[in-house]
Amino acid sequence: MERIPILRMGDLLLVTIQVDLHDQVAMQLQDDLTAQIERIGAKGVVIDISALEMVDSFIGRLIADTSSMARVLDAETVVVGMRPAVAITLVELGVAMPGVRTALNVEKGMAMLIQSRRED
Amino acid sequence: MTSGTMPLRSEQDIVSARQAVRKWCVELGFSLVDQTKMVTAASELARNTLIYGGGGEMVWSHGSQPGRRALTLTFADEGPGIPDLDLALTDRWTSGNGLGLGLSGARRLVQEFDIDTTPGAGTRVTISRWK
Repeated sequence: MERIPILRMGDLLLVTIQVDLHDQVAMQLQDDLTAQIERIGAKGVVIDISALEMVDSFIGRLIADTSSMARVLDAETVVVGMRPAVAITLVELGVAMPGVRTALNVEKGMAMLIQSRRED
Repeated sequence: MTSGTMPLRSEQDIVSARQAVRKWCVELGFSLVDQTKMVTAASELARNTLIYGGGGEMVWSHGSQPGRRALTLTFADEGPGIPDLDLALTDRWTSGNGLGLGLSGARRLVQEFDIDTTPGAGTRVTISRWK
C-alpha cells in the first residue's frame, strides 16, 4: 500500500498529500504521523492539502482527529492550502473541523508554528 | 445521453467512482465549485453503499437534455436498507461510527436527491446536478 511521506524540518513535520486519498492510506497516515511526532518530539505539524481536489466528511474528520491527536502529543497542527472550492463544499456538507488551525500556504503555516513557539 | 454502471465493492472503487464523476462534470462544463460538490456527494454516497450496504454499484447517466446538461448518479445496494429514513437524513445521526453527515450532507450538495429504501431489500439513492 502506498504511504504518504512525512518530512522533518528541525522539530517540525511537513506532510504533503499529493494523491487522491484512499481511506486506508489516510488512516495509515494518522498512525505514521503520531508515531513520528512521538519519536522526534515534534512541536508542530504542517499538513499541506493543496493537491486535494476533494475533502469529504471521512477525510475531513480524519484531518480534524489527527490535529487533536497531535495536540495531545504536544504538537500543534496547521492545515494549509485548502482550495476555495473544497472549503465551500466542506462547509455546505456540514464538516466544520473545529479546533483545526489553517493557513493559506506552507510558508505561512510554518511561520505560524514558529511564531507560536516563540510565544511559549 | 450516455450511461453505464460502475461497481462499488472496494475502497479503490470509491476512488475510481470519484475520478469518473470528476471527468463527467468537466465534460459537462460544470464550474469548479459545482464539480467539487458533485464529486464530494458521490464520495459520501459511494462510501455508504460500501460500508452500510455491503457493496453495490453506481449507475450513471449524463448528457444534454433540452435546456440543461445534467449528470445523474444512482447508488444502489442490496443491504439491510434504512429502517427510519427521517432519522437517517438528520445531521449528526449515524448508525455506524461516522460523522452522520453522509446522507444529509450529500443532499445539500446536489440539486435533486431521491432515496428509495426497503428494510431487508436494499437502498437506492439518486442524485442529479445540472448546468
